[in-house]
Amino acid sequence: MSISDRRSAPQAPANDSGRLWLGLAGAAALWAGLYALNERLWPVLLGDWLAVDLTGRAGDAMAFFLYDTAKIMLLLVGLIFAVGMLRTTLSPERVRAFLTGRGLATGLAMAALLGAVTPFCSCSSIPLFIGFVAAGIPLSITLTFLIASPLINEVAVVMLGGTFGWGVTAVYVAAGLTLAVAAGFVLSRVDLDRWVEPFVFAAPVAALQAGESRPTLQARVDAARAETRDIVAKVWPYVLVGVGLGALIHGWVPAEFFARYAGSDNPFAVVVATLAGVPMYANAAGVIPLAEALWAKGAALGTVVAFMMSVVALSLPSLILLRRVLKMPLLALFTAIVSGGIVAVGLLLNLVG
Amino acid sequence: MNVKILGPGCKNCHNLEKTTRQAVADLGIDATIETVTDYAAIAGYGVMSTPGLVVNEQVLVSGRVPGSDEIRGMLSSLPAA
Repeated sequence: MSISDRRSAPQAPANDSGRLWLGLAGAAALWAGLYALNERLWPVLLGDWLAVDLTGRAGDAMAFFLYDTAKIMLLLVGLIFAVGMLRTTLSPERVRAFLTGRGLATGLAMAALLGAVTPFCSCSSIPLFIGFVAAGIPLSITLTFLIASPLINEVAVVMLGGTFGWGVTAVYVAAGLTLAVAAGFVLSRVDLDRWVEPFVFAAPVAALQAGESRPTLQARVDAARAETRDIVAKVWPYVLVGVGLGALIHGWVPAEFFARYAGSDNPFAVVVATLAGVPMYANAAGVIPLAEALWAKGAALGTVVAFMMSVVALSLPSLILLRRVLKMPLLALFTAIVSGGIVAVGLLLNLVG
Repeated sequence: MNVKILGPGCKNCHNLEKTTRQAVADLGIDATIETVTDYAAIAGYGVMSTPGLVVNEQVLVSGRVPGSDEIRGMLSSLPAA
């Protein structure tokens, strides 16, 4: 990169942001056009132009795969960008300030909500844990935050809305928040401090120098672009695998197949689905298309939700990471409480639905 | 100048290290660059979202990877000590 690439002196801001708004409007129009095109393209392209037999299984599965992948990628790019623009730097430091010195009930509720709206890379979960606990935030509230954060996030919401519909999405979000708060409450009844690695409490807590000014439109667009690129780069393989498996199930598994084994009258299926999901490592983008296919073939909603939740909330890699700060008894208790809560959510949904 | 990259070794941490090394080379600054992967040490800087960029024991960036222009700007505005 040469020196001439460096940006020249700041230009007139009004002119600049006008051009930026125009660019954003153009991008939004392009996005809407692509979305509309995706709704119509595949039958025409595959059926009429390429003469693929769309009534056959292979043709149908291929059309489903292409349509669903394109739709999910479009939804992801559009919504992550929009959320990234709106989210005025809700940094962990600010979350920590919000949570410091709260009572248990307020603290748990806020931790679940903040966990849902804060993005964080799973490789940041340990510094975050240390930062919270060393600042005196109770372990139960910290763990509630760590449960809610992977369980509910914009990727999960977009994917659920796009595949299951917004009603199921609302149920999932409500169940996830309740689960995080309930798990935190149960954990608050136990003296946990002895099961935390001692160095956590000894860690010095330096407050970051704040003084960051209100972000400009350009800064927001840049941040949203970077975030979109990062998240999409991370999740696209999961989308392909998830939609691919979903397409296979749609094409080849007989209708109502799962109703026999995983219908709402089988509480055991919820337990199996939860346990199967615990060690699995995938994010919402991969597991939701797969879950939708299971649901379409007769698996009960509660069973499917339990599977999704245990895949995203608990995984072997994240547990190994947590082991650095939590001793085995607490890690086991944490896993047991979260998976127990997920089973309860699944059973409850099957009972109601 | 003493430069530290804080991060347990995720992709963004490597990106930040690469960009910073490039910026230091571009500016011709005499600097030692180390990576800090120990969680306790990272938390000790008050950084809760990785990666973090620390220059002369001052946290300049946390939780994002700035562009090379921005890093060059930050490094060149600091005293060389």
